[in-house]
Amino acid sequence: MAATALHLHSDLAGRYESNPATRESAWVKWTVIGVSLTFFALFILLPLFIVFYEALRKGWEAYLVALVEPDALSSIKLTLLAAAISVPLNLVFGIAAAWAIAKFEFRGKSFLITLIDLPFSISPVVAGLIYVLVFGRTGWLGPWFIENDMRIVFAVPGIILATIFVTFPFIARELIPLMEAQGRDEEEASTVLGASGWQTFWYVTLPNIKWALLYGVILCNARAMGEFGAVSVVSGHIRGETNTMPLHIEIVYNEYKFSAAFAVASLLAILALVTLVLKTFIEWRATQTLKRSKT
Amino acid sequence: MPAFDSPQRKGRFMSSHNALPGFRLSLGYTLTWLSLIVLIPLSAVFVKTMELSFEQFWAIVTTPRVVASYQLTFGASLAAATINAVFGLLLAWCLVRYSFPGKKIVDSLIDLPFALPTAVAGIALTALWAGNGWVGSIVESQFGIKVAFTPWGVLLALVFIGLPFVVRTVQPVLEDLDFELEEAASSLGANRWQTIRRVIFPTLLPALLTGFALAFARAVGEYGSVIFIAGNMPMVSEITPLMIITKLEQYDYRGATAIATVMLIVSFVMLITINSLQAWTAKRNGKIK
Amino acid sequence: MRFNLTRRSLIALSLGFALSGSAFADVNLLNVSYDPTRELYQEYNAAFAKYWKAKTGETVTLKASHGGSGKQARSVIDGLDADVVTLALAADIDAVADAGLLAKDWQKKLPLNASPYTSTIVFLVRKGNPKKIKDWDDLVKPGIDVITPNPKTSGGARWNYLAAWAYAKHLKGGSDATAKEFVKKIYGNVKVLDSGARGSTTTFVERGIGDVLIAWENEAYLSLKELGPDKVEIVTPSVSILAEPPVAVVDKIVDKKGTRKVATEYLNYLYSPEGQEIAGKNYYRPTDKKVAAKFAKQFADLKLFTIDKEFGGWTNAQKTHFADGGLFDQIYVK
Repeated sequence: MAATALHLHSDLAGRYESNPATRESAWVKWTVIGVSLTFFALFILLPLFIVFYEALRKGWEAYLVALVEPDALSSIKLTLLAAAISVPLNLVFGIAAAWAIAKFEFRGKSFLITLIDLPFSISPVVAGLIYVLVFGRTGWLGPWFIENDMRIVFAVPGIILATIFVTFPFIARELIPLMEAQGRDEEEASTVLGASGWQTFWYVTLPNIKWALLYGVILCNARAMGEFGAVSVVSGHIRGETNTMPLHIEIVYNEYKFSAAFAVASLLAILALVTLVLKTFIEWRATQTLKRSKT
Repeated sequence: MPAFDSPQRKGRFMSSHNALPGFRLSLGYTLTWLSLIVLIPLSAVFVKTMELSFEQFWAIVTTPRVVASYQLTFGASLAAATINAVFGLLLAWCLVRYSFPGKKIVDSLIDLPFALPTAVAGIALTALWAGNGWVGSIVESQFGIKVAFTPWGVLLALVFIGLPFVVRTVQPVLEDLDFELEEAASSLGANRWQTIRRVIFPTLLPALLTGFALAFARAVGEYGSVIFIAGNMPMVSEITPLMIITKLEQYDYRGATAIATVMLIVSFVMLITINSLQAWTAKRNGKIK
Repeated sequence: MRFNLTRRSLIALSLGFALSGSAFADVNLLNVSYDPTRELYQEYNAAFAKYWKAKTGETVTLKASHGGSGKQARSVIDGLDADVVTLALAADIDAVADAGLLAKDWQKKLPLNASPYTSTIVFLVRKGNPKKIKDWDDLVKPGIDVITPNPKTSGGARWNYLAAWAYAKHLKGGSDATAKEFVKKIYGNVKVLDSGARGSTTTFVERGIGDVLIAWENEAYLSLKELGPDKVEIVTPSVSILAEPPVAVVDKIVDKKGTRKVATEYLNYLYSPEGQEIAGKNYYRPTDKKVAAKFAKQFADLKLFTIDKEFGGWTNAQKTHFADGGLFDQIYVK
């Protein structure tokens, strides 16, 4: 899961380019840049652009109307709710898992890490299916919940569960490598000096991991708000009640209101962009902190 | 970063005595939550599949349509991961080694496929690459290739979602490369291409493979973005997750879980591969960051 | 322990949300339906709420869920609390009945096979009909690109398939064997099999793929209205199938929720002149003679086969044609 790890930039390009031993000829450089950027434009920029282009094709007014429509609003609310519940739960889990894995030795550790990663590579469709198998009317726990008038699947809790599942590894995997690298010395010193476990965590560990933690939260949040496949399986698609934003987009799209669908989609795209800006900012801040601690 | 380094820390790490509190609480909590959210629900897939005899299971997971879907899913995922390995490496190289205008923006937008909801990606890609879309119309009239609603569309969507993984695994390793190593290679008479091929590339290889494996693992399970652009023709452009959905819509839970079981096993094997690759990367680079 | 506390309170909170759904004072009715009825029930729900308020003084909140017919039925089986189901075909409601949620003879509880409105299958072609598509046999010609959804996942697609089958079987010298060959040729011309009727329409109209879309009559009219009569036009084949999208009250759920009265009335009102009028306005064929006469101009008069006569009912058709390894699967396996 290194792909999502927080990494600290230092601009090396200048150094490599100024040394004849470590640079390529200009034509190689510009060919490589040309090829890469064409690929980048085709696969990243154009899809992003078309979302906004289609969203605004019928003008600002139609755009705003699509967003304040009651069903759209309720889908936005549900999406925010699902993220607001699943992200903190994964945050607590991530810290606990990272603490156990990074600060202690025990047998089966790498197996445990693999299990934590599992939701990353499981098809979202399967992720939705498993909750139906457990909480559905004919599932293991479903009959009991239905008997007691509680609904898990085809209601909000199912959506939250599916969201937790698909974002499960993100925060833990962000913290584990960092906390492993930091070792235990500072925490041990703090305990020896008489601090309680919570104090040690709060005053010693947390300041060390805060940027990675924040970064994990942001990624987790982006995925939580954007999940489609798993949520689609457990949602029930009740208008104004169990539709999240991605599901609402699909519905509106299927009603031939393409501009409206792209309008709601553009909100999620904006969210993605904000996520990326925040991420860049965090990386910058973390680099600054690191620099300061070095000097 | 603590000043003491590996040997001493490692020695203490391995010792059974540990002064830090919270081991039981944190591990207990981790295991409980993991079981509740992931393991127990996942076991439902296996339990449901067990209702089938092995012959029935085998018959379901080897019907021609399902086999065709594996071929597409794994084939397209492999191809997409390969394309991403090539272009991801180039992009990472540009971002680390070259300065060019707009580099910061490119660097932050690389993660877009990760943050953009898959359904939005699917709709946007379809709109672009359909025969009447901006890109699709050009590709179709100039090269006579239909992309949307063919297996090419599946490939396209999978390339999109997998791109950040390669870039983001290769980039940090490239940044950490020892500058002097290249200088040394050069002063010993190696030309630039030889240095890249013999010195840089072998160091990058584990990271590149990890990125490749991550992109592959992500692609195999992908549903949301593919479904809009695939065309979903039996034997031609149906992906395996769609086969699960198809079984479900026919009320065939056991059939659905049988295919899900196959996918789960593949995911698990992929993860073990990825984690060993990452261990290899760490060892190869000779340090834990 | 703080960890556990937060977790517990959050779970309680999320359960609370689930409960609040059923805790409203007024009546609350969920209609689980299939894709093409969105517009119909949007209008009908408003009309019924008004009617119910006038009749009983009660405020009824109507909720709708739409999706592929099979998927919707499965959700109900798995615990989606539908008071009424209004699906694309009887086989899907049969599946809900098989799960024990409603009586097996549900189709006898309402008039006309529990189908308050009907529809049929027609073609949508490009403006001016450049490929000169007139009837089913034009669809098997080489070079004609056909768009239809996947019968495995879409109810409408099954009607499409069966209509083609019935046409071929009733040709001179037609038999099950020739019908199979004919249908196979049609699917040989299919370029995109979307998972639902709506997806197919979008592919055809918006993406510009294909020469002809096999579609519900009501979908064809609606897309004409929504997406522009300047792009596409409707072609009615010589014969087609009488599509009867059925409706039913889900016994087990209404008894539990205490909504049987309003749920039954909700479906009965579909048969009233007002309900029929709304169906007609949304391009469904009304079954009420008087209302039907009013909309007669809108719908072409053509010979319609019925599922019961041609295929021995849905249970049979489903088993022979669409089950795994059935005739539809055989088309694609070489």
